Amino acid sequence: MGILEVKNVGKRFGGLQALNNVELSVKENSCHAIIGPNGAGKSTLLNVFVGKLIPDTGSVMFDGQSVLGRTPYEINQMGISRVFQTPEIFGDLSVMENMMIPVFAKRDGSFRMHAVQGMMGDKDIVEKAETMLEEMGLAEKRGMQASSMSRGDKRRLEIAMCLSQDPRLLLLDEPTAGMARADTNNTIDLLKQIKEERDITIAIIEHDMHVVFSLADRITVLAQGTPLVEDHPENIKGHPKVREAYLGETAD
Amino acid sequence: MLGLDKKDYTLLLIVAGLTMLAPFILNPFPEGSGLAQFNAGYPDLMQRFVIFGIFAIGFNILFGLTGYLSFGHAAFLGVGSYAAIWMMKLLTTNVIPAMVMAVIIAGLFALIVGYVSLRRSGIYFSILTLAFAQMSFAMAYSVLTPLTGGETGLQLKIADARILDGALEAGEQARANLFGLNMSSSYEMSVGSWLFTFNTGYYIAALVMLASFYLAIRIFRSPFGLMLRAVKSNQNRLNYTGLNPRPYTLAAFVISGMYAGLAGGLMVAMDTQVGPERMFWTASGEVVLMTILGGAGTLIGPVLGAGLIKYMENILSKINKDILHQWFAFLPDGLEDFIITLVYPFIGKGWHLTLGIIFMMVVIFLPGGLVEGGQRIAKLFKGKDADEDGAQTKPAE
Amino acid sequence: MDAIVLQILNGLDKGSAYALIALGLTLIFGTLGVVNFAHGALFMIGAFCAVTFSRILTWSHTVIDETKKDFLGNPLKVEVPHIYDLFGQATGDAIIDWAVPLSILFSIPVMLFVGYAMERGLIKHFYKRPHADQILVTFGLAIVLQEIIKYYYGANPIPTPAPAVFAGSFDFGALLGFDPNTIIYPYWRLVYFAFAALIIGAVFAFLQFTTFGMVVRAGMADRETVGLLGINIDKRFTIMFGIAAAVAGLAGVMYAPINSPNYHMGMDFLVLSFVVVVVGGMGSLPGAVLAGFLLGILESFASMAIVLDTLPGLNQIIIYLVAIIILLTRPRGLMGRKGVMED
Repeated sequence: MGILEVKNVGKRFGGLQALNNVELSVKENSCHAIIGPNGAGKSTLLNVFVGKLIPDTGSVMFDGQSVLGRTPYEINQMGISRVFQTPEIFGDLSVMENMMIPVFAKRDGSFRMHAVQGMMGDKDIVEKAETMLEEMGLAEKRGMQASSMSRGDKRRLEIAMCLSQDPRLLLLDEPTAGMARADTNNTIDLLKQIKEERDITIAIIEHDMHVVFSLADRITVLAQGTPLVEDHPENIKGHPKVREAYLGETAD
Repeated sequence: MLGLDKKDYTLLLIVAGLTMLAPFILNPFPEGSGLAQFNAGYPDLMQRFVIFGIFAIGFNILFGLTGYLSFGHAAFLGVGSYAAIWMMKLLTTNVIPAMVMAVIIAGLFALIVGYVSLRRSGIYFSILTLAFAQMSFAMAYSVLTPLTGGETGLQLKIADARILDGALEAGEQARANLFGLNMSSSYEMSVGSWLFTFNTGYYIAALVMLASFYLAIRIFRSPFGLMLRAVKSNQNRLNYTGLNPRPYTLAAFVISGMYAGLAGGLMVAMDTQVGPERMFWTASGEVVLMTILGGAGTLIGPVLGAGLIKYMENILSKINKDILHQWFAFLPDGLEDFIITLVYPFIGKGWHLTLGIIFMMVVIFLPGGLVEGGQRIAKLFKGKDADEDGAQTKPAE
Repeated sequence: MDAIVLQILNGLDKGSAYALIALGLTLIFGTLGVVNFAHGALFMIGAFCAVTFSRILTWSHTVIDETKKDFLGNPLKVEVPHIYDLFGQATGDAIIDWAVPLSILFSIPVMLFVGYAMERGLIKHFYKRPHADQILVTFGLAIVLQEIIKYYYGANPIPTPAPAVFAGSFDFGALLGFDPNTIIYPYWRLVYFAFAALIIGAVFAFLQFTTFGMVVRAGMADRETVGLLGINIDKRFTIMFGIAAAVAGLAGVMYAPINSPNYHMGMDFLVLSFVVVVVGGMGSLPGAVLAGFLLGILESFASMAIVLDTLPGLNQIIIYLVAIIILLTRPRGLMGRKGVMED
């Protein structure tokens, strides 16, 4: 029984069958990659996990509870955090403020009115946010406006924000898309470190095979909305069906 | 101090000092001098400064923090005014119950309007609030005449019930007061050829404004304020961080509606009358102008903007051609006439034109309003050191 | 029955004005992505084009008429329009009488220029800024424009009559078989409706049947792709802005006899036209036209005595009420495309 169980999920957009009978099981404390060519339905599937889309058929259970019909913030409160393809952070706020928001959300829930108490006077929150920034090597940038940071730092901050909530499942949507090689390697190292140091399950959608094979314990290959194979990375590499799906795109 | 950090505390002290000394500061020119018409230290105008200050501070909590542009805030101001005048008619002419009721009723009304309008964002939100406000105006003007007095509005009358107050003595009129202290009473002090007026109503309104300002600082610096700024910055991320944006925006909407109600209540406390034009959409537009002009999202900006617009409305609008001729009398006749022809469209009845142009300039070149302008000038004077400081300044301050 | 026909007719002229303004607003929003709060000012400027043009026509010089005496026995000074010198008195009078329709010719170049200047001088710089900034800057511009007009033309409405031929009313009742004089309708309002229909038809035909229009429509649907084809959309969009300004201006010119132009008429119509656009569906041209007529007619139905007896004041709030209901139940409006500013 995995922490995330996807059964028979289907989603249709007009004439396009974006997802068809998707079955997936993500084991606790593993790193599960979902790969596939463009238009295979990876992003649609991710949007189903976080409550942005509701599938036409099937069920998605997280830790024994259904996520379907819940809003994104409710799903986050269940313990699922999401990292976006382009870093989604609070660009107008400082790095420290960015960091405090998820910490508040974790402690206080989806809405709480602290309208007159000073936010910097909340010791627990400030401490936790600072620890997290230090852990991620962002402590020196705490006063900077988040939008003025480099792309790599933004990614780092976004991951830090997700981790500060101690999620049980971390969803990563092409976390290295558009990054230079050096940044990509840094991100891989960061994710490896997270995997080793924390009790966390990671589900990752990725195009870059280098990233996938560096991180994943298990891989699902998706093509035209249907899972082709689910197996260990070493078995995936030479799998004929995978080669076929990528149409000559060799997995390096 | 007072739960504020040093910078905010200083700001509060400065604002407190300025408002308390306003009768002096706004009357720098001696009576009877040619410049006396630029004096703004008379009670009626000073009251308007602080009351519209409150209105703008409240509007800024919604627009400045969350970015939701309401084009219907005058409705809450008007509802607050009507609530206040009814309290003064039915219960007592003491202004406290009137103001409390104004805040409550405006808050409830804002809850309804906000609950509906906040289901949409962007331009749709603006149009929805505008539609609600125009509906309120139209209803106050016509259908609700028994409640609102229709076109003529409501005033205090001798025949009002006032259950808590004793009967009026013959010839006495019902007056707004604070435990017997008459709102319109003033103490005049003349020093040399200067005349300073200290008005009860002004000081009460100013104290209320300071309290509102203090509360606004606390809200800005609170976790709630942080969440509101997060709403403006990235609602998507907020959702995926486990926070529901809607109760935050609704709370901000209601708070700003209550501020507007308070301002409306204070207006009634000062002049004991109300009419539906207070809710017309141009009044909503005015508070938008004030907030943007001063600097949306900053603490002091809305107060500055309100002050500037009310000053222009009352002072700039009084300058006429004769006064211009006096000023430019030193120039040769031809040049004098030419300059006056150039200047004339922008003053007197044309002050709206000046306002419109300044407003456009601000939106185009100074999106941070007067506050940003001040910061830029300060930076120029401080030179290089200030640059480093500037990088540390967070935009929301 | 006759009452219903009458209300529909009454709604048509206001509906026409809403539809024309909303059409321009939608063109601008759909092509340039700009929310233009100064569009009402264009309508107002159009109306003042009519005022200006009739002033130009009646521009006079003083002549001493020896044949007439004033009460002191001196020769009478009379004002003679310059136009008499050009065309003679009879033709001159006819031209002055037809000042409003003739202003159409005068207003088109003026409005195209105003629209062009506005787009190049201001709006252009706001394409990439948030909608809130666009609303604010055009709101500021609207204030400036209306104050300029107020400075030169004063604050009072200026009566601008229609040609004498259209002064009377048309008895619709007799035509439709009702009692005579039950449904009477001023001729000029009929003209206005016909004129609005003509303009709307022309704009649609222009967009439908010309290459230029085709590109603009494609650009409204998907700006990026059309840009990739190497077509210079911006230039066409500037022209579209001029056309939208001209449409608003023409709506204003012809409205002058119905409602004497005053400096704040633009703002009055703008608020309602925005509601119309939102009800019709942001970015949908047919939606804007449909909603304009629909709301105009609805408004006139709500002002019927029977309705007002049961629901007093309904005429004042009906448009807003409908807008709120539509926005909440059908966010993209009556005919809005999916995904256009739906949130």
